[in-house]
Amino acid sequence: MTHKMTARDVNVWYGQKQAINSVSIDVDQENVTAFIGPSGCGKSTFLRTLNRMNDTVASARFEGKITLDGEDVYAPSMDVVQLRARVGMVFQKPNPFPKSIYENVAYGPRIHGLAAGKAEMDRIVEESLKRAGLWDEVKDRLTESGTALSGGQQQRLCIARAIAVDPEVILMDEPCSALDPIATAKIEELIHALRGRYAIVIVTHNMQQAARVSQRTAFFHLGTLVEYGVTSDIFTNPKQERTKDYITGRYG
Amino acid sequence: MTDHTVKAFDNEIGELRGHIADMGGRAEMAITLAMQALIKRDLDLAQKIIADDKAIDRLETEVEKLVVKIIALRAPMADDLREVIAALKIAAVLERIGDYAKNIAKRTSALESRRKIEPISLLPSMAKVATEMVRDVLDAFAARDINAAIEVNERDHIVDDFYNSIFRTLVTYMYENPQSIGDAAHLLFVAKNLERVGDHATNVAEMVYFAATGEYMAERERSNPFSQDQDKM
Repeated sequence: MTHKMTARDVNVWYGQKQAINSVSIDVDQENVTAFIGPSGCGKSTFLRTLNRMNDTVASARFEGKITLDGEDVYAPSMDVVQLRARVGMVFQKPNPFPKSIYENVAYGPRIHGLAAGKAEMDRIVEESLKRAGLWDEVKDRLTESGTALSGGQQQRLCIARAIAVDPEVILMDEPCSALDPIATAKIEELIHALRGRYAIVIVTHNMQQAARVSQRTAFFHLGTLVEYGVTSDIFTNPKQERTKDYITGRYG
Repeated sequence: MTDHTVKAFDNEIGELRGHIADMGGRAEMAITLAMQALIKRDLDLAQKIIADDKAIDRLETEVEKLVVKIIALRAPMADDLREVIAALKIAAVLERIGDYAKNIAKRTSALESRRKIEPISLLPSMAKVATEMVRDVLDAFAARDINAAIEVNERDHIVDDFYNSIFRTLVTYMYENPQSIGDAAHLLFVAKNLERVGDHATNVAEMVYFAATGEYMAERERSNPFSQDQDKM
């Protein structure tokens, strides 16, 4: 089992408040990793350290080490724009650009110079939409606005957009919390289909979802990583009392 | 154990445990009374045991319904999930113990001879050990006490030894009293039923252990090779 990303002794502060306390974790290439935990436990903050999204938060301060294929993510030489192409992100609320469906997907490859011409760009757009399971629904309306799609379709468009730049890791921050059960099922099926090609990390409040889509689950509480292990073990026989109390609904 | 944030969940788990305790009490009582009926040839008591078994069957259905409901509505996790699954399996075992009691009761009227068959005197003692195992293992379930569960598991060999002893005695009896082979055969089945009750109690003990720990109880060491042979009969 290869570790795509590793984190060692990661600490994050927002101003004076410490949000992440000495978290070390390995993200597998072959597995979907789920981060679970109550609101404010630090799971989203930690997710955002993996592609330096917290850099954009003025008060955030980072300590520790995170690597991508052994490469130091926080090294001064790291090109952050390039990093975020390699470690893509999908957010809680679908956020397509107010542009056509085609342009939403083509935007990333274009700014990263991944397509040599129109034909190749067409191929990347089609391929990305297919992998995101959206192609059949939008192939005849690629010039329509991305914002005209349904919520579930918009989220899959955002996944297609992340895929288009050929990332290595995809981070998903509550990707289904704004979607209905059918759209949620489609995203979950998509995560299953994408597993192996990309290392996937998903933050979710829905424990059933974590149980369904992931092979590794990490439970965060009060900024610390309480337990990390094989998903079926975490949900049937957690080792830590705090994990058990949380997943069985006894927390707080 | 801490309460769930959703109180209705605790109430349902409590109800489930109540049903299991109820079933266990009835099954244990049924075996004890069936032995009395058999020894005293009390046909009225035997009839009552056969009729009362329906209540145990109904409780098993209640447990099944409740478990399906809890899984569907509460999506239990971790120790909750293990407990609910254990309750479902324990209910099936207790229903089966009730059936053994009914089966023993039915043999009361099948015994032809008024003559006492000597080996019958061992059966009540064997029944006592087996029913105590059932009672103690259900106490262990209620208290989530794995040590008590292990202790019940270790007692199974006593029931097996009783069975082997009764088996040999009855076979000898049949040689010597061919005219009573029918009755002796009935008693052999009674002994076998009681031996199964002991086995079921150990199955429950293993479920109690699993529900409490998430691990499987280590395979029991069976030191007596003869007992192992008899086990398959």
